[in-house]
Amino acid sequence: MISVIGANKNFGDFAALDNLSLDIPAGSLTALLGPSGSGKSTLLRSIAGLENPDSGTITIGGKDVTGVPPQKRDIGFVFQHYAAFKHMTVRDNVAFGLKIRKRPKPEIDKKVNELLEIVGLDGFQHRYPAQLSGGQRQRMALARALAVDPQVLLLDEPFGALDAKVREDLRTWLRRLHDEVHVTTVLVTHDQEEALDVADRIAVLNKGRIEQVGTPRDLYDTPANDFVMSFLGPVAKLNGQLVRPHDIRVGRDPSMAVAQKAGTAESAGVTRATVERVVHLGFEVRVELRNAATGDLFAAQVTRGDSEALQLKEGETVYARATLIPNIPA
Amino acid sequence: MNLSTGSKLGMRVVALGYLFFLLLVPIGVILWRTFERGIGAFIEAISTPAAISALNLSLLIVAIVVPINVIFGIVTALALVRGRFPGRGLMQAVVDLPFAVSPIVVGVSLILLWGVNGWFGVLDEAGFRVIFGLPGMVLATIFVTLPFVVREVEPVLHEIGDEQEQAAATLGASKWQTFWRITLPAIRWGLTYGVVLTVARSLGEFGAVIMVSSGFPGVSQTLTLLVHSRYIDDHNTFGAYCAATLLMGIALVTLLLMTLLDRKRSNT
Repeated sequence: MISVIGANKNFGDFAALDNLSLDIPAGSLTALLGPSGSGKSTLLRSIAGLENPDSGTITIGGKDVTGVPPQKRDIGFVFQHYAAFKHMTVRDNVAFGLKIRKRPKPEIDKKVNELLEIVGLDGFQHRYPAQLSGGQRQRMALARALAVDPQVLLLDEPFGALDAKVREDLRTWLRRLHDEVHVTTVLVTHDQEEALDVADRIAVLNKGRIEQVGTPRDLYDTPANDFVMSFLGPVAKLNGQLVRPHDIRVGRDPSMAVAQKAGTAESAGVTRATVERVVHLGFEVRVELRNAATGDLFAAQVTRGDSEALQLKEGETVYARATLIPNIPA
Repeated sequence: MNLSTGSKLGMRVVALGYLFFLLLVPIGVILWRTFERGIGAFIEAISTPAAISALNLSLLIVAIVVPINVIFGIVTALALVRGRFPGRGLMQAVVDLPFAVSPIVVGVSLILLWGVNGWFGVLDEAGFRVIFGLPGMVLATIFVTLPFVVREVEPVLHEIGDEQEQAAATLGASKWQTFWRITLPAIRWGLTYGVVLTVARSLGEFGAVIMVSSGFPGVSQTLTLLVHSRYIDDHNTFGAYCAATLLMGIALVTLLLMTLLDRKRSNT
């Protein structure tokens, strides 16, 4: 388990960490999610010892590591741009930490072979990083970090430099790897989809502070504030209220069916709107609407079936209503 | 750029002609003059006691200057790229000073500092000869070759960044281990080129060295001083050509050796 207590870090006038405290349970896969400049990378680098907070305490596995250099923290770190040792083969890259620890050669060979198999690079051990694709390089970097059996694995935007398809594959792969290896893992990302997909816990950061910590479901369904709500997925503003676009029901008739959760529909009311644009996104259709009363734009997400049944066209008048309003404390 | 065949051809002729007349013709003339009497005469001219002593002295100076400049150069380049300290901008400017200052000025200033009547003249009185001795020539050569390693290593350090070093740290490597296993291999190309330039310049330095050397044949003559004295003082033009060819030969061998060494190392 990792504990950060009251950490502060300033770069000039900019507060990267603002009296931040966070507990990360052992064995979890926690995502630090936030916009750029929110302090998520600084927090991760502080846990690694690559950055030293101006004040505060950090413990890993019950041991106070504040001020301890990264060499002695028992961590594995994966960088966004791989940080591959370019002059070494894949095999030597992965073996680096073990060689530094002066492990016997048979043990190193066994461990490296094992890891290369886990990350799916067993045919590539004599290649140089330049001869690998981005995804392969990042898997090599993961194997390298795992080789020393770290207590915690820290990943700094590990898939940020990869293209969308590879990113998704690696995400699934990392999730499966974590289920196998069970090492406490902290992942920094600015991509909410990635966080929701991979992590079993998410900490949302903003301006050097933690906005909310919880399971993906908790955060999505009961966000602590507007920031978390808007950061974790698309939102639409309907009569001053933030709602998810897929929780907006669109109909031709103002007397649309009452929402499943009675009471919530009343408060948002039925709103008259004109269709500005209909965007087909595969299974889903995004309907961009203009509130007839206020003139504000908002979007609703409906299924293709609903969209076809309604026969929505630009310029037509429809009625919209929120079926679920998140309970955000004011 | 779209050029007609004629102007393309014209540009090539101009560029090649320029290189030919400014670089190849002078070198060719020396080689021709050196070998026109056959290889035997050349060997004889470069194996006189004065020539052998000059060769040894030049190589000795290189052997002292290169390690000093390599260590200083790497440390300075690291400081310039990674360091955050006041006076870094000033240091950037000062490193290039030897490129700007004429070598002869360096010679004069060394005499002012280390000569009998200089600030550190006490050393001379105590019997430690700097001016008109080997230390003076080494100091002069260090001064003029100082920027090469720094300026070749610096951009490479910029390019590789410090993520690989951070990664090594998280894997347990100490600062020293990181330097030997990560940083040094990463900068070796820049370093190699810096060393080649330093060797070539050390061998070829004349202006600063002539000021601080006593110039006795067989004692304190480097190869460049030998070329000069044979040509000007002894009117032995052939001997001068031969010594000049030897000088070029060593520089060429250095370049080849370094390239070969590096290829071998990067293959293993």
